[in-house]
Amino acid sequence: MVALRAKRTNNEADEPSSPVLRFGADKPLKLDAGTLLSPFQIAYKTYGTLNDARANAILVCHALTGDQHVASTNPVTGKPGWWEVLIGPGRIIDTSRYFVICSNVIGGCLGSTGPASTNPATGKPYGLDLPIITIRDMVRAQLMLVDHFGIEKLFCVLGGSMGGMQVLQWASSYPERVFSALPIATGARHSSQNIAFHEVGRQAVMADPDWHGGKYFEHGKRPEKGLAVARMAAHITYLSEAALHRKFGRNLQDREALTFGFDADFQIESYLRHQGMTFVDRFDANSYLYMTRAMDYFDLAADHGGRLADAFAGTKTRFCLVSFTSDWLFPTEESRSVVHALNAAGASVSFVEIETDRGHDAFLLDEPELFAAINGFIASAARARGLSA
Amino acid sequence: MSVNHAQRVDLEVVADLIPAQSRVLDVGSGDGLLLELLQATKQVDGRGMELSQRGVNECVARGLSVIQGDADKDLEFYPDKGFDFVVLSQTLQATRNPKLVLDELLRIGKHAIVSFPNFGHWRVRLSLFLNGRMPVTKDLPYSWYDTPNIHFCTIRDFVNLCDELGATVEKATALDANGQKIGLSMPWWFWNFFGQQAVFLLRR
Repeated sequence: MVALRAKRTNNEADEPSSPVLRFGADKPLKLDAGTLLSPFQIAYKTYGTLNDARANAILVCHALTGDQHVASTNPVTGKPGWWEVLIGPGRIIDTSRYFVICSNVIGGCLGSTGPASTNPATGKPYGLDLPIITIRDMVRAQLMLVDHFGIEKLFCVLGGSMGGMQVLQWASSYPERVFSALPIATGARHSSQNIAFHEVGRQAVMADPDWHGGKYFEHGKRPEKGLAVARMAAHITYLSEAALHRKFGRNLQDREALTFGFDADFQIESYLRHQGMTFVDRFDANSYLYMTRAMDYFDLAADHGGRLADAFAGTKTRFCLVSFTSDWLFPTEESRSVVHALNAAGASVSFVEIETDRGHDAFLLDEPELFAAINGFIASAARARGLSA
Repeated sequence: MSVNHAQRVDLEVVADLIPAQSRVLDVGSGDGLLLELLQATKQVDGRGMELSQRGVNECVARGLSVIQGDADKDLEFYPDKGFDFVVLSQTLQATRNPKLVLDELLRIGKHAIVSFPNFGHWRVRLSLFLNGRMPVTKDLPYSWYDTPNIHFCTIRDFVNLCDELGATVEKATALDANGQKIGLSMPWWFWNFFGQQAVFLLRR
């Protein structure tokens, strides 16, 4: 069973069930690590139709463990797309009006080149032989995809969390290619506490004997226990104390009394174990290491002499930032510092903080105030861009 | 916004001062009335800052470019002369440090437009004189202990502050209780007595 799963994920890595754009030796991806990635591939999904002026394209950037299946059934889990509440025909981001693109990030495990992909030099999965990938590398690859579609200027780039980092990177690196930017529940850098949480997750993966120094596919194994623990710890950071207490309290799991043992007595334990177990079915452990590292390395101000405003100097892009009151991974202050930098750069910026106890994950949920803000922002940007209703 | 909502005649006076296609920052943009008016009639590039998160979220949902922010704290992030006009309508009296805020407005904007309720209006004077209590009027409906308006001034006080800050008064308008402009030729004492609100266009 373990070997079977291993094989299946590996196949999705090389031959995904979504469209793939392959770049040969003539078009390498320049990496921040100082090397070239070549050949490489980008797996993506699109929804809707690109209009004649190629002006109605929206790029969606996914979060740490997300993928390109933003608005259609995920082929690995069989579950709905991760942002179907927001994106689809007749939804806030209406795919009968906009051309929505979402690609698996470089370093991911669902079809874009990542550690689970086959290294053409060895015929084996890259594992840790893949250079470290940064947020800017991901965005550089996305630009090549956008160029492939002949899109001069994206109408909007949006995403939450790590996706929001990509949005900020897009706006900073390619301001002339981004008409509007919607970074949600994110920041211009990863905080020390966030790096700390990620390090715990990585150490959990590496401590699993089945990890085999990253070469687990060759041993027909996968570090499922380590990855599950990493996911359990991370999952806590996506929620809030209030939401956990509201949902689970100290309720017991299918039992009347404490068992005086280490079974999952409490509902919260059972819930977390379930989260961990289902995660390892769909995600590659090495990819988790690369994704978390990419977020840790992100520091947009540091790329501009420590002054964040310089990352957006002279920008014409319209921004809307959104944060959530109970998000302790990317607290409102992180968004506010981006807003202040954008103010200093003279940018057009809206900033909405939404009151909720659902924590960081609120951006993925049905949050009416979030949808109202996105709707208002997109609609006014569409008017400014001259996109007809 | 810290005064009676129905009494926003000052908005039209403010809008008249702003030429088409200007870059405008509305500090204390409230429910976005002025920004919407300016976008509809003057096609301005308008931005707002508002203290109340509810107000901000409603504005953004209506497609306005507004951020949550505090006039006392968050103006420092804006660059010098980044806007043609910075508007502070009916908000000055609710700031903790009006002098600093006004100074920032004059720094950020090529022009600043400030409107405020005149505490020198005869009704206010009469109320204090007759009752011996802090005035509560139709336009200033709060009691002293729960009012957000912590720094009231009169038109003359404001003119003095402008002098102190080296601001030039380009234009000033006083509105009477019916929202009518008081004649231009009237002396300051007359405005200070009969003006219920004042709108100043300033630069430095």
